[in-house]
Amino acid sequence: MATKLPEVDAVVIGVGWTGSILARELTKAGLNVVGLERGAKRIPGEDFTIPSVRDDLKYAVRQELFQDTAIETVSLRHSPSETALPVRRLGAFLPGIGLGGAGAHWNGMTWRLLPSDHNLRTHLTERYGAKAIPEDMTIADFGVTYDDLEPHYDRFEKLCGVSGKAGNLRGTKIEGGNVFEGPRQNEYPNKPLIQSMAGSLFEGAAKSLGYHPFPGPASNASAPYTNPEGASMGACVYCGHCERFGCESNAKASPNVSVLPVLMADPRFSLRTHAYVRELVYDKAARKVTAVRYLDTRSGEEFEQPAGLVILGAYTFNNTLLMLVSGIGEPYDPATGKGTVGRNYCYQVTSGVSVFLQDKVINPFMATGSHGMLIDDFNGDNFDHGGLGFFGGAWIQGGTTNGRPILTRPVPPGTPRWGRAWKEATAKWYNHAFFINCSGANYAHRENYLSLDPTYRDAIGRPLLRMTFNFHDWDYKLSAYVTDVAVKIAKAMNPTIVGTPLPRRGNFSVIPYQSTHNTGGTIMGTDPKASVVNRYLQSWDADNLFVMGASTFPQNASYNPTGMVGALAYWSADAITKRYLKSPGPLMPA
Amino acid sequence: MANEAIPRRRFLAGAGAAGTAVAAALTGELAAPEAAEAAKKAKTAAPAKAPAPEPLLTLTATEAAFISAAVDTFIPADDLSPSGTECGVAVFIDRQLAGAWGSGARLYRDGPYLKGKPEHGYQLPLTPREFFRAGIAAANEWTLKLHGKEFDRLSPADREAVLKEFEQGKVQFEGFSSKQFFEALLEITMEGFFSDPIYGGNRHMAAWKMIGYPGLPATHAEDMKTYFGKRYDKPPQSIADFS
Repeated sequence: MATKLPEVDAVVIGVGWTGSILARELTKAGLNVVGLERGAKRIPGEDFTIPSVRDDLKYAVRQELFQDTAIETVSLRHSPSETALPVRRLGAFLPGIGLGGAGAHWNGMTWRLLPSDHNLRTHLTERYGAKAIPEDMTIADFGVTYDDLEPHYDRFEKLCGVSGKAGNLRGTKIEGGNVFEGPRQNEYPNKPLIQSMAGSLFEGAAKSLGYHPFPGPASNASAPYTNPEGASMGACVYCGHCERFGCESNAKASPNVSVLPVLMADPRFSLRTHAYVRELVYDKAARKVTAVRYLDTRSGEEFEQPAGLVILGAYTFNNTLLMLVSGIGEPYDPATGKGTVGRNYCYQVTSGVSVFLQDKVINPFMATGSHGMLIDDFNGDNFDHGGLGFFGGAWIQGGTTNGRPILTRPVPPGTPRWGRAWKEATAKWYNHAFFINCSGANYAHRENYLSLDPTYRDAIGRPLLRMTFNFHDWDYKLSAYVTDVAVKIAKAMNPTIVGTPLPRRGNFSVIPYQSTHNTGGTIMGTDPKASVVNRYLQSWDADNLFVMGASTFPQNASYNPTGMVGALAYWSADAITKRYLKSPGPLMPA
Repeated sequence: MANEAIPRRRFLAGAGAAGTAVAAALTGELAAPEAAEAAKKAKTAAPAKAPAPEPLLTLTATEAAFISAAVDTFIPADDLSPSGTECGVAVFIDRQLAGAWGSGARLYRDGPYLKGKPEHGYQLPLTPREFFRAGIAAANEWTLKLHGKEFDRLSPADREAVLKEFEQGKVQFEGFSSKQFFEALLEITMEGFFSDPIYGGNRHMAAWKMIGYPGLPATHAEDMKTYFGKRYDKPPQSIADFS
C-alpha cells in the first residue's frame, strides 16, 4: 500500500530542464512545489570536478549519466507487423537520469525552429498544395506560431547564456549570422565562441559555394555570464568533454547550473530524489490527475503524492509511458489512425562525411559541444522542394565536439580496423581530419509510434515502452540530398581525401549513436482528436495536467530540440501562472 | 589440447620461460624493450627474470593467453607504440570483465531472448564476462580443429588470418557469430588502449602519445588561439597526475 502524503499545490515529475523551469515559475507564483526525480542528486561542484570529470571510459563509454537499461528501457520493432525486442544496451540515443536529466550532459546546441517549422502542414499546403503531402506523412502544426514563442525563445536563451550571432534582428538580415532564422528581438546574450580550425575550413568552403555559414548557437558561454535568475556561468575552456559529461567550469548551461541553485534555495520547493514515478492517479470523470504514485528506490516504499497541479516533465519516453499506463487519453492505433497517445514518434535523420587534410592541424580535442560553423541553406523550407520527394532538410555543420580517442579516431576509407596499417593511419590522421555533420529533420509517418510492449517489463513491473519506428522513403531521400551538399563542401576545402559519404540507409539501428532527439508521443495541437495536449501543453483529458518537452512535438525539425523545449516550457508556464491558476479549467475549448 | 606437450596451467604459471614472458607482458610489468627482450629469450627457452605477475581477477590462464595474443595482433609493437599487452590492454580487459560492466551492469537482462535483426543490437542472455568466456572457448575450439593449436599458439600470420575470418563472420559459433565476438573483442581492446591509464591500459599514455592526444586537464581557452593550426606540443597527462 502506498503511504498517502499531504496534498501540495503542484508536483513536477522529472527535474531536468522543463521540471526546473516550471518549478521555478510556479514557486515564484507562490505555489508549494514538490520535484520528483528518479535519479540521484547531482551538484556540479561535487559531482563534476577535475580530474574525474574527464574520464572518457566512465562517462562516454560506460554511460555513467544515462538511464540504466537494466532497470528501464524501451523495445523496438520496425513496423506494426513485427515483434519488438528490448534495447538491452543504449546506443542510438542516451536519455539522462539524475538531477538535471539529459540537460546535465547535453552538448548545448540551442536553436529556434524556423517560422515555417511551427505551422508546417499549413505552410507546406500553401506552398506546394495539399496533394503534395503524402498520405502517410502525418505532420501537423504545433498550434503555436514563431511569433507566439519569440519572447520565450529569448527568455530561454538568456537563461542559458547562449553564445551566437543574430542573423535576423527585428527583420534586418545580418551577414555572419543565420540569415534564415526568424526575426529576433534581441541579439544572443553572449558573443560566438572562438572558432576552431575545422569551423574555419568549413566556413571558407561554404562561402566559396555561395552558402551562408554562421556560428552554431551554443549554450557554452564564451565569457563569464550571470543569467536573469542570478546564476553564474564560467567561460568555456574548450575541454572537448561536453556530450555525455557534466561541466566542471559551469560554462555549459544546465538545470543544475542555470536554475537549480536558485530553485533549491526557495523554501517553497522541495526536491525528492530516487523518486521513481510509477503512475498518475487519474479521475476521468473529474478530468483531473489527483495524485502521483512513486517508489522511493532507496527503501522500496511507495508513496502517493496528491497535488492540485501536475507537471509531467520527464523524457519523451517516460512522458508517453506514464500517460499510457495511467490511462489518460486514447492510445493511438496506426491501423485506424484513431487515438492520440503515442502518435507521431519522430527521431533525427543524421548523416555526414569525413574530410582529411594532410596540411591542416585540427586539434579536435580543443572543442566545445556545440562548436563549429553551420549552414541552413538546405534546412526546413529554405529551398524549393518541388519534385524532390521529401520535405524538410538539415543543418550542415563543420566542426569538432571532441577528440576523445576511444570513440573519435577518423581514418581514410579502406584502412583496416586493426594491426600495423591501422596504427599508422590512426597516428597519421588523428589530428588532420574531422566530420561534416548533417542533422536531418524526421517527419511523422503514420506507422511510427509509441505504445506499451505486450511482453517486456521494467524493474518495477510496468510494460516497457514499445517503439515502432523505421526510416521511410522521404527520410532516405532527404539524407542523400543533404549529404551530397556536405560532400560538395568537403571537396571545396581542397582536402587530401574525402571520406565515404554516409547518408542514412537501411533500417533504424539501436547500435551506433545517432541522436538523443526522440520526439512525439504526447503531441501538442489545436484538435483534441489529433493531439494529446493543447497549444498550452495542457492535457485534453485532465485539466490540471501539463506535459512538457519534446514529446509534445508533432514532428522533429532538423534542429536540436532543447531551444524549442525551453521556449515551450516558458510559454506554458506563462499560461499556467497568468490564466490557469486564476481560473483552473481548460485553457482552450475542446 | 590433445597435442599440447605442456598443460596450459603449467605453461602460464611459468613452468616455461614463454609462460613467464606472456604473464609478464600481460601484467605490463616490463617496460617495452624489456618485454621484447623477454619474448626473444622465451623463443630460445632461456629463463627470463620478471617481477611476480599481477594476479588475474577473472580470466583463466587459457583465456588470458588468448586475450594477450589477440590484443597483440590488434596492436602489434612498432615504432608508434609498444604492443597491446605491453600497454596493459590485457590487464584492462581482465579488470573490466571482473567489474560491474563485465557482470552485466546497464544491460537489460529480462527474457524472452529472441534472435532479432542485427539492428536490435545485443540480444544474448550472457553478461560480457560470460560472453567472453564463451567466445574465447569457441574461438580456441575452432583453431584447434583447423590448425591443431589454440589461438595463442599460432604464428602471428595465422593469428591475423584467423581474426580476419572472425571479422568477416566466416565462422558460426554456438549461439552467436564469430563476427559478434570479434566486434566485442576489438571494441574492448580499443577501449583499453585509448582510455585513461587509471584502468590499467594505455600504460605511460602510449596510445595518447601515438596520436597526439593531450589528455588532462584539457583547459584550452588560451590554446584555441595559441595553437590555432599548430600542433599541440605539451606532453599528455592522466587523471592520476591530478589525484
